[in-house]
Amino acid sequence: MAGERQDHREIRDAVAKLCAGFPGEYWRALDERRAYPTEFVEALTEGGWLAALVPEDYGGAGLPLSAAAAILEEIQRQGCNGAACHAQMYVMGTILRHGSEAQKQAYLPDIASGALRLQAFGVTEPSSGTDTTALRTTARREGDRYLVNGQKIWTSRAEHSDLMLLLARTTPRDQVAKKTDGLSTFIVDMRKVLGKGLTIRPIRTMMNHNSCEVFFEDMEVPAANLVGEEGKGFRYILSGMNAERILIAAECIGDAKWFIEKATGYAKERVVFGRPIGQNQGIQFPIAKAYASMRAAELMVQEALRLYEAGENPGAEANMAKMLAADASFEAANACIQTHGGFGFAEEYDVERKFRETRLYQVAPISTNLILSYLAEHVLGLPRSY
Amino acid sequence: MKVLVAVKRVIDAYVKVRVKSDGSGVETQNVKMSMNPFCEIAVEEAVRLKEAGVATEIVAVSCGPQQSQETIRTALAMGADRGILVQSDEALEPLAIAKILKAVVDKEQPELVLLGKQAVDNDFGQTGQMLSALLGWSQATYASKIQKADGELTVTREIDGGLETIKVKLPAIVTADLRLNEPRYASLPNIMKAKKKPIDTMSPADLGVDAAPRLSVVKVTEPPARQAGVKVGSVAELVDKLKNEAKVI
Ligand SMILES: Cc1cc2nc3c(=O)[nH]c(=O)nc-3n(C[C@H](O)[C@H](O)[C@H](O)COP(=O)(O)OP(=O)(O)OC[C@H]3O[C@@H](n4cnc5c(N)ncnc54)[C@H](O)[C@@H]3O)c2cc1C
Ligand SMILES: Cc1cc2nc3c(=O)[nH]c(=O)nc-3n(C[C@H](O)[C@H](O)[C@H](O)COP(=O)(O)OP(=O)(O)OC[C@H]3O[C@@H](n4cnc5c(N)ncnc54)[C@H](O)[C@@H]3O)c2cc1C
Repeated sequence: MAGERQDHREIRDAVAKLCAGFPGEYWRALDERRAYPTEFVEALTEGGWLAALVPEDYGGAGLPLSAAAAILEEIQRQGCNGAACHAQMYVMGTILRHGSEAQKQAYLPDIASGALRLQAFGVTEPSSGTDTTALRTTARREGDRYLVNGQKIWTSRAEHSDLMLLLARTTPRDQVAKKTDGLSTFIVDMRKVLGKGLTIRPIRTMMNHNSCEVFFEDMEVPAANLVGEEGKGFRYILSGMNAERILIAAECIGDAKWFIEKATGYAKERVVFGRPIGQNQGIQFPIAKAYASMRAAELMVQEALRLYEAGENPGAEANMAKMLAADASFEAANACIQTHGGFGFAEEYDVERKFRETRLYQVAPISTNLILSYLAEHVLGLPRSY
Repeated sequence: MKVLVAVKRVIDAYVKVRVKSDGSGVETQNVKMSMNPFCEIAVEEAVRLKEAGVATEIVAVSCGPQQSQETIRTALAMGADRGILVQSDEALEPLAIAKILKAVVDKEQPELVLLGKQAVDNDFGQTGQMLSALLGWSQATYASKIQKADGELTVTREIDGGLETIKVKLPAIVTADLRLNEPRYASLPNIMKAKKKPIDTMSPADLGVDAAPRLSVVKVTEPPARQAGVKVGSVAELVDKLKNEAKVI
């Protein structure tokens, strides 16, 4: 594609080769059964790709965020779905930044090798939604353990993860000065508590995305599994948000490129009224527009990466990159399905599947409205609206 | 046993190649380049020989422009130990490459040189054979299986209509065919390690080789577009067309 990014070329090439082993048929068969892409995730794990961000001292590749972005972008671009395991790359960041040395030693090397999967992230709850600090799951200290009660929803990959990073309230909201206080972050070893205080129920959704309801009933978590200080967990979770947003944005850029290539290829080949449909401006313009949107969003992703890697706080840029890239990928998805006419709806073209998959990023991990609220309040100085 | 593997940078096998409008060659500007797939198979074989304890060191050599370094890095990420780039911005013909490789062999003294049977860009299919002649070494071309015994290799070759198994004395030249193996993907840790492996750069002149072209390309053209087929109404009509129009039966 024109204007191709050249950074991390060898990483992109190697990921593309790996992905070639997982063609549309593979994903279609899984999609039908809503089954987890185990072989794909194993191949990525074996190749060391999911350990890109783990420092070398803990057995990872110690690469900058832009390398992880290149990996995830390429996965999406090749028509695969990184959502099955993208969190394995970045959830560990909270332990890395805020965990004790003992926790890092205990978890990071096994996360790097893939022996331990930390790709479940329990924040969202049914009654609080976007209003995270209103969450109701509690963790009460009793001796050298905490007892957790409550419920999470949309905990993705909970059935395919060994550990969960959990945000729970340790001090009631009415007893803290700021509602962001009194929340704590825990590393939950789900293997030890499944069926003993922990229940996981997958939710059937419009795309193949193992997302679950998770219930806690006096679930025991050793006090040693508290990350950092009690009551400061919200800050620890927030500190990982920029990386998460930038990486999701990179995935959306990859999706957009896949849709644009797919649409362009089809528009050149498909002949009706005696000429390729791509010769009509009615077909060309939406694809060209989607391309322009993708490139603009890609530049914002690059800007967010640049700031992140320079050690600055790219809060606004990471949010804008996520919003613009998700918009670009959906615009491209729409142009692609429209270009394909009736065939866009047929499963064997993979367009409808990718269309469903990329739609998610308008809502998760943060919905567009909340990004706009953030920009209005924190960048433009407008009164807080919520 | 030290193994030398030759690797060539070519237009990626999945790219649709376009002929330049003046017919002087094909477009290479902004086109994705990769390691020649047959060279990839040769590298894979070398790495497997090393994993099996047969090969001790693998040296990847590429002759071509500066960017051929990337091709060498790919070989290093697959498992080669170090690289040699013989840099030339001139197009290199098979004989020139064979002479360069001979000079590298004289310096490096490997026991085995592995090459692809051909490069997918020009499809010459000559370099291995020429190198064998220049060195006076035995050759086994189109290999689909390689086994080492004392001082010799048993190589299964793909030939028209079957397989041929031959024994060659070491040192030897072997060219890889498609079914020799399936090359691995480079893993992230190996890509990282490859960045730290050494690549020596030299020119054909440094090796005392005159790489000046001896062939001139007269014209490059697109293959003719496929003609549309016809639908036939009956078996009889088909047989008639095959007999009288296509004249194949
Ligand atoms: C497939 C999937 C996977 C997910 N994975 C995870 C996961 O692994 N871990 C996890 O913790 N969460 C996960 N989530 C949850 C996700 O982060 C939330 O769905 C998202 O934050 C929105 O919360 P909500 O669904 O409760 O929507 P609500 O908060 O109920 O919002 C509904 C709508 O109202 C809008 N809205 C809300 N407040 C305002 C406001 N003040 N101003 C304007 N508009 C507003 C929102 O933008 C949204 O469009 C996942 C969700 C899905 C669908
Ligand atoms: C679920 C489903 C149910 C259906 N049910 C029926 C049915 O019961 N009976 C039936 O007969 N058909 C049915 N159809 C077929 C439907 O009517 C066609 O899919 C539709 O007419 C488009 O034709 P096509 O898919 O061949 O797209 P194409 O004709 O290939 O068009 C592809 C794209 O190019 C655009 N395009 C084409 N030409 C031009 C131009 N000159 N200028 C600008 N844009 C152009 C089109 O708008 C479209 O976006 C169904 C389709 C679906 C998906």
